[in-house]
Amino acid sequence: MALQSGEKLPMFIGHIWSKQKSRWTLLGLRLLAFLAAAAATLLMVLNKQTKTFVVATIGTTPVNLTLTAKFHHTPAFVFFAIANGLVSIHNLVMIMMDLLGSKFDYKGFQFPMIASLDMLNLALVSGGANAAAFMAELGKNGNSHARWDKICDKFGAYCDRGAGALIASFLALALMLLISFLSILNHKLVNSSSHNSHNNIIALPN
Amino acid sequence: MAKTKRIIITILLRLLAFGATLSATVVMVTSHESAKVMNIKFSAKYSNSPTFKFYVTAEAIATGYGLIVLFLSSRRSVDRLIVILDVVIALILTSSISAALAVAQIGKKGDSHAGWLPVCNQVPKFCDHVTGALIAGFVAAIAYLVLNLYSLHVFLTPLFPV
Repeated sequence: MALQSGEKLPMFIGHIWSKQKSRWTLLGLRLLAFLAAAAATLLMVLNKQTKTFVVATIGTTPVNLTLTAKFHHTPAFVFFAIANGLVSIHNLVMIMMDLLGSKFDYKGFQFPMIASLDMLNLALVSGGANAAAFMAELGKNGNSHARWDKICDKFGAYCDRGAGALIASFLALALMLLISFLSILNHKLVNSSSHNSHNNIIALPN
Repeated sequence: MAKTKRIIITILLRLLAFGATLSATVVMVTSHESAKVMNIKFSAKYSNSPTFKFYVTAEAIATGYGLIVLFLSSRRSVDRLIVILDVVIALILTSSISAALAVAQIGKKGDSHAGWLPVCNQVPKFCDHVTGALIAGFVAAIAYLVLNLYSLHVFLTPLFPV
């Protein structure tokens, strides 16, 4: 499946989708997904807030209690950081493979590897983002039935940064879904054109 | 021969996933327990937590989808749509199971930094029930992931290449 620069595929589903354009579109989307996942990881890992509360007053001296909110207190946020880190590494490796890997002999495993790794990382980032989302909802609203108090009113900056990390992660999730579908569609278009080209018939694949 | 093998494997995976999602939904919905601790009534139901409500909704959607697709399994025209919907349902399942696991872990171990006490000591039967539902949901998520990878394999090695 060698990429030839500038080769155009036959008119298909009503639009012209040249190999060059599709390659750069996918590359751009992967770069965006990498940036979003990396931003989510960094925002979550650097998320920390310290606050001092006055708990009681003995005589005239107030008793202070210093509490710190760090991301690694919550296992769901640790999973979120690890998942987004792995997904950003995956996107980086895919970008490198696209830019620098054209001389490597994959023995026919290139597309199955890309497609299945994309699917697995999609599931990973989906799991991480949703676990952190529901933990954040618990932190924001508390749970009166389990007698769990909300913490976002005391640690507002921590919650805001966590919300930013969640938004970045969901953006990465949407982009990876798009990339997954586009890359499979792209491969199908490219392969069907190389199979049918000797017949010179424009046909729908399968 | 190869075609029937493919159909059998796909139908088996779909049956497994359908059974798992159905049991996850049912077990989670029927989990409730009341306990009286020092004259305070502790009642635990799945609807007390938005996460478990989301879990039940997601598993119910996956059950309905699995039932419909079991009857449509080898229809040619909707093949591609079913593959795409399979990916979407797998995503929904992984997200719901991971969210429910996160909250259930807080319920079991508590969060000392946030001042949240574990509730499994007061309502142990509810916790066991929810654990069972989560295990079923986990099996369903894995079954859908394997189904997706198998669909990808089928897609890449067509039986009758042009």
